[in-house]
Amino acid sequence: MDDLIRVFADALRGALGPDAAAFAIAAVGLNLHFGFTGLLNFGHVAFMAVGAYTMAIVVDAGLPLWVGVPAGMLAAVVLGLLLGGTTLRLRADYLAITTIAVGEIIRIMIRSRALEDVTGGVFGIQGVAADFFALNPFSPGNYGIWRVTFSERQLWVMVVGWTIALLCTLLVWALMRAPWGRVIKAIHEDEDAARALGKNAILLKAQSLCIGGAIGALAGMLLALERSAVDPNQYLPQQTFFVWTVMILGGAATIKGAMAGAVMFWFIILFAEGLLREGISQGIIPDWLLTSQQMFAVRFVIVGAMLIGLMIWRPQGVFGRREEVMIGAR
Amino acid sequence: MHADDPNHPMAAVSPEPGIAKPDPILTVDAVSRSFGGLKAVDVDHLEVQRGLITSMIGPNGAGKTTFFNLLTGFDDADSGTWSIDGTRLDGKPPHVVARSGVVRTFQLTKALAKMSVFDNLMLGAAGQQGERLTHALFPFLWRKQEAEVKERAEELLDRFKLGHMRDEYAGTLSGGQRKLLEMARALMVRPEIILLDEPMAGVNPALVQSLLGHVTALRDEGLTVIFIEHDMDVVMGISDWVVCLAQGSIISEGLPRAVGSDPKVIDAYLGTHLAEEATPADAPDLAPESTAHPEEPTS
Repeated sequence: MDDLIRVFADALRGALGPDAAAFAIAAVGLNLHFGFTGLLNFGHVAFMAVGAYTMAIVVDAGLPLWVGVPAGMLAAVVLGLLLGGTTLRLRADYLAITTIAVGEIIRIMIRSRALEDVTGGVFGIQGVAADFFALNPFSPGNYGIWRVTFSERQLWVMVVGWTIALLCTLLVWALMRAPWGRVIKAIHEDEDAARALGKNAILLKAQSLCIGGAIGALAGMLLALERSAVDPNQYLPQQTFFVWTVMILGGAATIKGAMAGAVMFWFIILFAEGLLREGISQGIIPDWLLTSQQMFAVRFVIVGAMLIGLMIWRPQGVFGRREEVMIGAR
Repeated sequence: MHADDPNHPMAAVSPEPGIAKPDPILTVDAVSRSFGGLKAVDVDHLEVQRGLITSMIGPNGAGKTTFFNLLTGFDDADSGTWSIDGTRLDGKPPHVVARSGVVRTFQLTKALAKMSVFDNLMLGAAGQQGERLTHALFPFLWRKQEAEVKERAEELLDRFKLGHMRDEYAGTLSGGQRKLLEMARALMVRPEIILLDEPMAGVNPALVQSLLGHVTALRDEGLTVIFIEHDMDVVMGISDWVVCLAQGSIISEGLPRAVGSDPKVIDAYLGTHLAEEATPADAPDLAPESTAHPEEPTS
């Protein structure tokens, strides 16, 4: 029983931790893209990577963090404009194809030998978070209640991370309740209808792509600060699909879905992992069925199965409105 | 004023394709569009009189919808120019055309199903400050305008008898109600010309009368209406002027009655053989000649 409680506490710790905060931020950005505007962005990790690396390069060059963060966001906006300028005139599928490619192009570029002087190649850039942790108001020690405790560094990343997640959520809420959001929803549903009413659909889609991308860049930066480093292996394509999972779990096109989805996603993953690990170590799960090496992959199978179940019985996610999803779904 | 009235503004205009109008709002010159080897639209010259209902008729595949698409920027013309009150619109993207006062509806209605009926209307209003990214975050910059838009949307909601559906998803409307919504939404833009692509298609006969009433009301308020319609009774009943397209070109234009009895129009619609049967006196003599006529365009 005590083991079960420990697994639960660990999962809860992860669900509130820095990684969950970063994925919440990323999902807010992706939700603006896909949930609200209908842009099929399968390369969200590109925005995260560009943001994190730009910040790291700027900070590594000796400039302060408050220059690095806006620079990272600006780089994501530039990437958004490049992507949008080339693909937004075309059908939605082309953006999807292009974003997958761009995600990989960015990752392969930053780990390439040719750019090693700038990006550090496969080794990445270390020690990018000195400025950030110098601002840490928490004195060394463990903080938290019950078994859910965090070090002062983790707590600082969490406070900043969840604050940014909340601010980004508020930004998206404020945009979506404005007439701007009304046009975005219209473009999502039928671009030609919006254009026939005098709305510049391409401009608004580009705006959405850039804002969501800049939010994604913030997520990438938070991950980099938490680890005090950037490294190309943090930006594998699967990161994009974790962000998608977070968004769909919470409910695409909902305001609070992204933050809630991140908490749920990390809780489910870590709880499943913890249960499997305990089961294996205590011999409840026999060796011929599952070894501790295989366990790492199996937890994603569980998440995948849950996601399939969610799509069947609750396609709108936890917070979505069912009618909205079902209209036109026949 | 009915089109048969001798005082009708168009009574003195002779029924020839491409004829000049006393007060044209829309002028089209040498517009063409081909799809592969098929010339879908090839209109030499067309003027549309301000403040009247001009119908575009023609058999299926005559190029009516393509012509609409070209005029509104949804398709790119191979050549040609057109302008509204002297402002050139050729080569302009759809949203610029709409902002210039030319708003269209679609043959397959584009009601935004996942938005409420009311939001569909609110969307229509032109020049909304709150749609600009720089203003969207500051409600005090757009709240006043939003209230005005709301007022107009409520008016149109009442006028088109959609009030009871105000907060329902537009996806729950019937086909006819969607046509009404689309027309109302187009009016939110405050256009000068409204192009209606088969507004009566798929609408039950009871609602057709109400839709016709709305179309005539638009004209009576000073709008220029251009619409595509298949139902001849409808066309004859409410049009001030009729333009008939066949195989992309204007083959006839004139007052409804004149176009309705134009043998070229009857030919285009019914094919040569049937047209001859329609005038039995000539039928026996002309039978061999029919091979010289173009093939049935309706097939």
